[in-house]
Amino acid sequence: MITTDILIIGAGPTGLFTVFEAGLLKLKCHIIDALAQPGGQCSELYPKKPIYDIPGFPEVLAGDLVDNLMKQIEPFQPGFTLGERAQTIEKQDDGSFIVTTSKGTQHHAKVVAIAGGLGSFEPRKPTIEGIEKYEDNGLAYMIKDPEVYRDKKVVIAGGGDSALDWSIFLADVAAEVTLVHRREEFRGALDSVEKVQDLVDENKIRLVTPAEVLDIKGEDKVESVLLQHNDKAKRMEVIECDAFIPLFGLAPKLGPIADWGLEIEKNAIKVDNTLDYQTNIPGIYAIGDVNTYPGKLKLILCGFHEATLMCQSAYQRIFPDKRYVMKYTTVGGVNGFDGSRKEAEKAVVKKIGNH
Amino acid sequence: MEDINITIIDREGIEHKVLAPTDMNMNLMEVCKSYELPVQAVCGGMAMCATCQCYIISDHDLGERNDDEQAMLWEADHVKDNSRLGCQIPITEDLDGLIVELAPED
Repeated sequence: MITTDILIIGAGPTGLFTVFEAGLLKLKCHIIDALAQPGGQCSELYPKKPIYDIPGFPEVLAGDLVDNLMKQIEPFQPGFTLGERAQTIEKQDDGSFIVTTSKGTQHHAKVVAIAGGLGSFEPRKPTIEGIEKYEDNGLAYMIKDPEVYRDKKVVIAGGGDSALDWSIFLADVAAEVTLVHRREEFRGALDSVEKVQDLVDENKIRLVTPAEVLDIKGEDKVESVLLQHNDKAKRMEVIECDAFIPLFGLAPKLGPIADWGLEIEKNAIKVDNTLDYQTNIPGIYAIGDVNTYPGKLKLILCGFHEATLMCQSAYQRIFPDKRYVMKYTTVGGVNGFDGSRKEAEKAVVKKIGNH
Repeated sequence: MEDINITIIDREGIEHKVLAPTDMNMNLMEVCKSYELPVQAVCGGMAMCATCQCYIISDHDLGERNDDEQAMLWEADHVKDNSRLGCQIPITEDLDGLIVELAPED
């Protein structure tokens, strides 16, 4: 069982910044996210797109913002449970919570902060009947450990950055990589497209376009895929493989959180007030795009503000007898849990005048 | 003209007749959101998610899809010949009387 002060559900910008604000109050945080890497939709959807409304950054790439947030929270050593979706929550007699993920990992926390954005990002699944049978039996919608595919025959489907990047990566790991895309054009970084072309020329990747995977075959696990070439003849082809990885992007779903007894309004979690963004269940907060209240704006900068106020309330909940006084980092610096310390340089006052 | 009339058919088939300003640099996705229609706009209008996909019902000429829009619609579900991404359609006077239908969600 993982134990922490604040369990944050969602590793997007708001969830990450919560670690910093909590860290200033000496509260430990652990983050759960359904995606395999932190950053939420910034990392998954548009890491190379600039954002212009982050204070102090006239322009920052979404991916760079996430990198900066990760660096900013490094001193506070957050734990991560990635690639697992928060599934159930149980309130304990002492007011704390146990949150269990889709893979059974249990987390015990005094406070839960839902920073789930528009929900957990679920992979878009191809419309193949009975596809669930192969999930985790050769079929994966995201790659967490590329070593799983060492010396295996892999079929990747998709036309975006993920499909290109993983095809490139696995070309040196897997025994065979086949990339299937229903168009001849790819939506990805130009250098990735060129790299794939180079690997195709070197026979390290087999490229099949335009084509679609229609079916998966195999007794208990993936043994082959059936694909249809999107040409006039609609020729069918069976490709023997050990793994099939469709990378068709992600769609947000509020998911199991919707069943936690929280008040939901228009697919968002209603918070009782804007003082601390607490939900109708004391001890569970909702911050960032996942919440709703009169005047709500779904902006990253608003999520940062909400995280800050939420942490103060969480502190009071965890330490009801302590008086919390807000501190400025310019005065108190940043004291990491790893022993690191950042503080403003002290100005040296020198006496000026004739003596 | 500062406002134009647009009809948006939601996923339940209900028609919403709305006024859309032409002087606020809005796009169709933003108009939908401003009227609290169920458009998620996950990517913030960067043609990266297709959650604002809609079908153009009237015969307005919206011009060619741009590269980003075209690429996204290649990957999206429920795409038809008249599919467009609301976030890539600026509101102009030429669109007065436009009728669109929200595409199904995944």
